[in-house]
Amino acid sequence: MYFEKITEIIRDQLGLEDAKIERETSLMKDLEVDSLDAVEVIMKIEDEFDIEIPDEDINAFKNLGDIADYVKNKKEG
Amino acid sequence: MSLKGKSALVTGGARGIGKAIALKLALNGADIIVNDVADIETMKNTVDEIKKLGVGCEALKADVSNESEVKDMVSYILEKYGKIDILINNAGITRDGLLVKMKESDWQLVMDVNLKGVFLCTKSVIRSMMSKRSGCIVNISSVVGITGNPGQANYSASKAGIIGFTKSAAKEVGSKGVRINAVAPGFIYTDMTDSLPEAVKSKFLENIPLGRYGEAEEVADVVLFLCEERSRYITGQTIPVDGGLAL
Ligand SMILES: NC(=O)c1ccc[n+]([C@@H]2O[C@H](COP(=O)([O-])OP(=O)(O)OC[C@H]3O[C@@H](n4cnc5c(N)ncnc54)[C@H](O)[C@@H]3O)[C@@H](O)[C@H]2O)c1
Repeated sequence: MYFEKITEIIRDQLGLEDAKIERETSLMKDLEVDSLDAVEVIMKIEDEFDIEIPDEDINAFKNLGDIADYVKNKKEG
Repeated sequence: MSLKGKSALVTGGARGIGKAIALKLALNGADIIVNDVADIETMKNTVDEIKKLGVGCEALKADVSNESEVKDMVSYILEKYGKIDILINNAGITRDGLLVKMKESDWQLVMDVNLKGVFLCTKSVIRSMMSKRSGCIVNISSVVGITGNPGQANYSASKAGIIGFTKSAAKEVGSKGVRINAVAPGFIYTDMTDSLPEAVKSKFLENIPLGRYGEAEEVADVVLFLCEERSRYITGQTIPVDGGLAL
C-alpha cells in the first residue's frame, strides 16, 4: 500500500503516466529525475505520510522499494 | 490591481523601506503580513494604515534570525491564508565600525539578521511556492554590497552575500516557477540613514549622479515591478535603485 501510494505520487509529480515503476526502480538512475525533482518527490512523500525524512536517510535509498519500506517503518514503527 | 488575491509577507515591514513596500503592494491589491520586531504601537499603526487601502493585513512579531520563530510564523500564515505568493526579505540592521575595532558580536549580529534571516525566511516559504509552481521573492540588498563602504565591512558583506544567495536560489527553483530577485537601494532617507553623521551624508551626495537622496517609495516601485507578471522573465538579478551611486 505504501509502495502504491508512492508510485502514484511519482507519476503525478513527474508526469510519468506510462513509465514502468517497480520496487527496484531508482528515481535518479532509471527515471532520470534530477536532484531537485527528487527532493520534490521526497517532500510530497513527507507531506502525504506526515513524516520527516532527514538527508542522511535519503542518501541511503537505492530504489523505490527502500523508500516504501522506510515509510512503512516510520508509520508502523 | 495587479496583485489582487495574492498574499505577501514583508519582513521588517513596520517602518522605513519595508513599510513603503508593504503599502505599495497593498495599493495594488495584495493582502499583507507585516513581520517585524518593533514595538506593538509601531506595528499597529502600520497595519491600520495598510488596512485603509482596503486589503487584509496583520502583523506578526518574529525575529528573522531565529529559525523556530520564522518557522512558526510561516506555518501560521500558510494555515490561515493557504499560501504565500510574495516574500519580501527586507529586515536589516547596521552595526557600523571600522574593521580594526569591529567586535565579533557586531559582525555576527549583522550577518544573522541580514543574511541568515534571508536564508531562513526563503527556506521556510520555498517549499510551498515550489509545489504551487509559482512564487516571487525579492531580497533587499544594498549598493554597498556592490561597492563596499568603509565602516561597513559586516553590513556590506551581508548585503553582498544576499546577491550570491539570490543568484543560487534563482537557479535552483526557476524550473519550479519561482522567481527570486534582489534590489540594491542606494542612499534612501529612513530612520536607518537619518542617524548617520552629516559629513557621511554629504559625501554620499557628492557621488550620486542624480544629485539627491532616494525615497523609500522609489525602492518600493521597483519591488512592485519585480512582483508583477510583467517581470515574469527576470530572475536572479540585483537591480540598483541608487540614483547612479554604484556606477
Ligand atoms: N535606508 C537606506 O538607505 C538603505 C540602503 C540600502 C539598503 N537598505 C536596506 O533596506 C532595508 C530596510 O531598511 P530601512 O532603511 O527601512 O531600515 P529601518 O531600520 O528603518 O527598518 C528596518 C526594519 O527591520 C526591522 N528589523 C530589524 N531586525 C529585525 C529582525 N531580526 N527581525 C525582523 N525585523 C527586524 C526593524 O524593526 C525595522 O522596522 C534593510 O535591509 C536595509 O539594509 C536601506
